[in-house]
Amino acid sequence: MDDALIPEGAKRCAFPIFMIGIIIVGAVLLWGVYAMFLCWFKGLNQTNMNDYYGFALWIWADLAVIAVGGGAFFTGLLKYIFKVDDLKNIINFAVIIGFICYSSALLILAIDIGQPLRGWFIFWHANVHSMLTEVAFCLSCYFAVLTIEFIPNILENRQVNKVPFFHHLAHNMHGVMAVFAATGAFLSFFHQGSLGGVAGVMFGRPFAYREGLLIWPWTFFLFTWSAAAFGPCFTLLVTKITEMITGKKLVGDKTVNLLAKISGWMITTYIIAKIIDTIYWAFVTAPSMGFKLGHFYSNNGFYGYWILITEVILCGVVPGLLLINKSTRENPATRTIAIILGVIGVCLNRWVMVLQIMAVPVLSFDTWALYIPSWQEVATTILPVAYGIILIAVAYRYLPVFPQELELNESADTAAQN
Amino acid sequence: MIENKKVHKFGMVIDLDKCTGCGACMVSCMSENNVPFKEDESNKKDSITWMRVYKLTNGKSFPETEIVYLPRPCQHCGGIGDHGHSPCVSVCPATATDYGYDTGIVSQIYTRCFGCRYCMGACPYHARYFNWWDPKWPEGMEKYLSPNVSPRMRGVVEKCSFCYHRYQLAREQAIVEDREIEEMEYQTACTTACPAGAIVFGDLNNPAHKVHQIVKPDPHPDPMNHKVVGKSRNPKVFRLLERLGTNPKVYYMSEREWVRKAGDNYLKGEWENVKTHHGASSSHG
Repeated sequence: MDDALIPEGAKRCAFPIFMIGIIIVGAVLLWGVYAMFLCWFKGLNQTNMNDYYGFALWIWADLAVIAVGGGAFFTGLLKYIFKVDDLKNIINFAVIIGFICYSSALLILAIDIGQPLRGWFIFWHANVHSMLTEVAFCLSCYFAVLTIEFIPNILENRQVNKVPFFHHLAHNMHGVMAVFAATGAFLSFFHQGSLGGVAGVMFGRPFAYREGLLIWPWTFFLFTWSAAAFGPCFTLLVTKITEMITGKKLVGDKTVNLLAKISGWMITTYIIAKIIDTIYWAFVTAPSMGFKLGHFYSNNGFYGYWILITEVILCGVVPGLLLINKSTRENPATRTIAIILGVIGVCLNRWVMVLQIMAVPVLSFDTWALYIPSWQEVATTILPVAYGIILIAVAYRYLPVFPQELELNESADTAAQN
Repeated sequence: MIENKKVHKFGMVIDLDKCTGCGACMVSCMSENNVPFKEDESNKKDSITWMRVYKLTNGKSFPETEIVYLPRPCQHCGGIGDHGHSPCVSVCPATATDYGYDTGIVSQIYTRCFGCRYCMGACPYHARYFNWWDPKWPEGMEKYLSPNVSPRMRGVVEKCSFCYHRYQLAREQAIVEDREIEEMEYQTACTTACPAGAIVFGDLNNPAHKVHQIVKPDPHPDPMNHKVVGKSRNPKVFRLLERLGTNPKVYYMSEREWVRKAGDNYLKGEWENVKTHHGASSSHG
């Protein structure tokens, strides 16, 4: 019944099947929306956050989606500025994933603050010394850029594109997209960095505090670097999941391997920088404040050394090596393992930089604080995931997201018809 | 560092050898500042205690066990180098918390705070509290609320203000009478309530004030750590987490070495150097 909206020549599942899927995911979304309204109308007492865990699950989710959404700015930078033309086959999808991630981040922030109606104060009463101010400005502007990058894709819908104005608008927007890609890369550099700075500037918290360059702590650069490194992993992972669900090959191996290779080198260089940062912090910064490494990873029920080893070695060094090595990169199984580990690694890094900071005691007579999120927090954290699935499903069904789709599935479709 | 000698730098000294842990400071603080409480106060991690009394022990078994009670208000940090960039002030995205260069007091503007809680994360002393609930007072109790302090609504951060409203009242009186504020005209509620006289409050910049005389603040940066300014020249006096460079204006005093050592984190062998640098120190611990 929606055939007229589906891109020409593309094969899609029957509308009722599509709607059943949307309804199932929509139910999860409504559960999250209910929890969101509880938080807005009853307040943050609906959460299990407390005065020790003022930054908790939501802020982790916020930082994590922004990190994995980094695939959009980095792929855009490579495609439009460095002219890596093969990435044209995945750029649309990278932008949609970025759009979902950033809109989710803004939604999470809107739920997370104690006075949502005063959210605009961050712009009106901006404190230029605060990393969070920089985050708010850059994140909002970059979301606007992502929207601009997404619009031409929407305008290419079969029916919308029949309107001459929209057709020309989409064409012209494509023509100037390099400007927005450059702007997006600039903005994303600063807000990813600022998110790293959020933790790094907390000089009262030796677990988070980092020395650095001028006003920026090391974490500023590490966050930008890690988002550029692991963001493409998430783009590849979501592409893989979409391919599995649709049962179609959507992006050619050449493009996938190229992005995986770039990601692999970014991860490898990042993890070297991260290891150097960790060593300097453990042996210079922390001891200068009276702490040894063991203080941050012992005497508690959760935050052991395992978390450091998992983040740096298992989810950093390993995916980096797997992706820079040609044979493992071009092997679908090891490549998938590498991108999954990469995504877990960057999410774990954000977890550590948000929650472990709060849990570590700083006063010599204080104790570790642990925390378990409430169902409302979990539901509102899953909410963006459900929203993302629905948006991807709708975009895939009605927009020409994957330029290679017809070409890659032509023989399979022909065989099916015969 | 503020050069103008006329500016105030209000601070506090708490004698931990005098403190009995009675909690009068906590009660008077809550009463004076309309601090709300919960119906069920069993979970202390979301209770609001502008003044919180910690119980510390030397960790030794009987008969050598020693206990000390450590009252902890907001430390009103001056920040690295005492430049006013306190851990909480520099991070607040909406300038809802501010450093008073004329008083040394870290303020909180409740009507501007939108509850991002970054300041709470940045404060190593856990001196900042979030209003997880709207305050509710038992029927009739609202009549006891102080008219000089605004109650705070749900979703904003609050903390000890060194009873700033008392400063405002004293300042207005002094302005009308064209004179300086006297030491005893501006005293915090906890200071006046402490039955043991363990808390002393006044202007650290004023040599006539008792806090100045006890602390003897060093006007120069610590040669071992330039982030630290205003270190006490009294070997019995210390600040919490002093080496981080937060430069608190709340000083603690104790004859006992283990108590002074508990004020900060030290690696093996470091305390001996710090102790020596501080000057002569007793070893009651």
